[in-house]
Amino acid sequence: MKVTSLASRGHALKDPREQLRILNEETPVLATLPRFGQMLGQSGLYPLKPTGIDIFQMNLGYLCNMTCKHCHVDAGPDRKELMTRENLEHCIRAIEEIDAHTVDLTGGAPEMHPDFQWFVERISKPGRTIIVRSNLTILVTNPKYRAFPEFFKKQGLQVTCSLPFYNKFTTDKQRGEGTYDRSVEALLDLNRIGYGQPGTGLELNLVYNPAGAFLPADQASLEADFKANLQRKHGIVFNNLFTITNLPISRYLEFLLMSGNLDEYMQKLVNAYNPAAAAGVMCRNTISVAWNGILYDCDFNQMLEIPVASAGSRHIRDFDADTLNQREIVINQHCFGCTAGAGSSCGGATT
Amino acid sequence: MEKTYYDPKDLKKFGDIADFEPELAQKFFDYYGSVFEEGELSAREKALIALAVAHTVQCPYCIDAYTEASLEKGANEAQMMEAVHVACAIRGGASLVHGVQMMNKAKKLGM
Ligand code: SF4
Ligand code: SF4
Repeated sequence: MKVTSLASRGHALKDPREQLRILNEETPVLATLPRFGQMLGQSGLYPLKPTGIDIFQMNLGYLCNMTCKHCHVDAGPDRKELMTRENLEHCIRAIEEIDAHTVDLTGGAPEMHPDFQWFVERISKPGRTIIVRSNLTILVTNPKYRAFPEFFKKQGLQVTCSLPFYNKFTTDKQRGEGTYDRSVEALLDLNRIGYGQPGTGLELNLVYNPAGAFLPADQASLEADFKANLQRKHGIVFNNLFTITNLPISRYLEFLLMSGNLDEYMQKLVNAYNPAAAAGVMCRNTISVAWNGILYDCDFNQMLEIPVASAGSRHIRDFDADTLNQREIVINQHCFGCTAGAGSSCGGATT
Repeated sequence: MEKTYYDPKDLKKFGDIADFEPELAQKFFDYYGSVFEEGELSAREKALIALAVAHTVQCPYCIDAYTEASLEKGANEAQMMEAVHVACAIRGGASLVHGVQMMNKAKKLGM
């Protein structure tokens, strides 16, 4: 089945309020599950407060060359939202003001933003980690994008890419026909210029997320497995594997609903609630900026359109770290995805 | 007669077997837990073995449980199907190798 964005289909789930309603009360099981805030309370973490802003995450837009089945962004070639130059300028100011240690660029396919290179050049400086979240296939799409790995290298970017599995069947099932072969080609290109190779300092990380309604495997053991198999099959090397749990929103929520897995998946997340993972959720040290400048506690809350609670600093033009550090993080039932098992964040397991 | 054979919901009640006899149940579950811990074999390898055995004993509960466990331990569909083929090969081979016994007997009885 060809996947298209919920937005282009005019699907009921394109409304985030409908997504939250479903998660909270669609079935008797969902309506009677413990609430996330209640569980945080039992762990002494309610209300959930930030520990600071270590990671400045920017979603450059929802435009993407792919339309993966599980995409929580509902990204695709038909999405036109891209961060404006004005908001990019505001971001630069904020990054300099807090002297952000890590800037995390995501999307969509962040490389497709026309100002991507300009922006990276503006913010890059020694000691600052800039992460680009690449879907890999974009890097072999045409000559323009084939030149990007060299640009990444020149700017010393950390490249973190999605690869749901070290085989074609699982990868293509989740991300579309041909994805695996193109991802391998892109990884080999990155390896060739030094990414993932020992001693180069050019970090290449992979992101695993389950292709279905189940939780990710143990991160260290899966990393060993990925390393052995990618090396054996293609001679590919990389630094770290991050395991990420799929959060029950957007197109992944659609999949859970259509496949009749939603009740059981939510039960599974709730049963796997881990207080240590709750203490380490990424919203505590991250701020997420949307294409339109609105600030969110994380990329998931961005997709659910629930902005930060601090009314005085809710847009990047009004960015104020002190105000933001005082805020209460806005939570809901989808948050159980971050606290299940070993925990899940953009940097993988949290425990 | 009630429709009680193989209700998927019964899998979740596995622990209830302790209601009728707690001591042996406890021993079994402790043992079971230790068996599946990561050891010389990884948790993933053990899940795949369990999946293959589940197909040999044809237990629908175990098939459900170890399909999910295999995925959650990071196995993929192809690996899982290969494991089922291993079960199938041993199972089929076990029948076939007895053909030698049949041949022995037939040869003895024949002229
Ligand atoms: S998961 Fe990533 S690559 Fe796939 S559609 Fe979404 S943004 Fe694009
Ligand atoms: S979904 Fe966002 S707000 Fe909720 S726990 Fe995860 S990172 Fe925090």
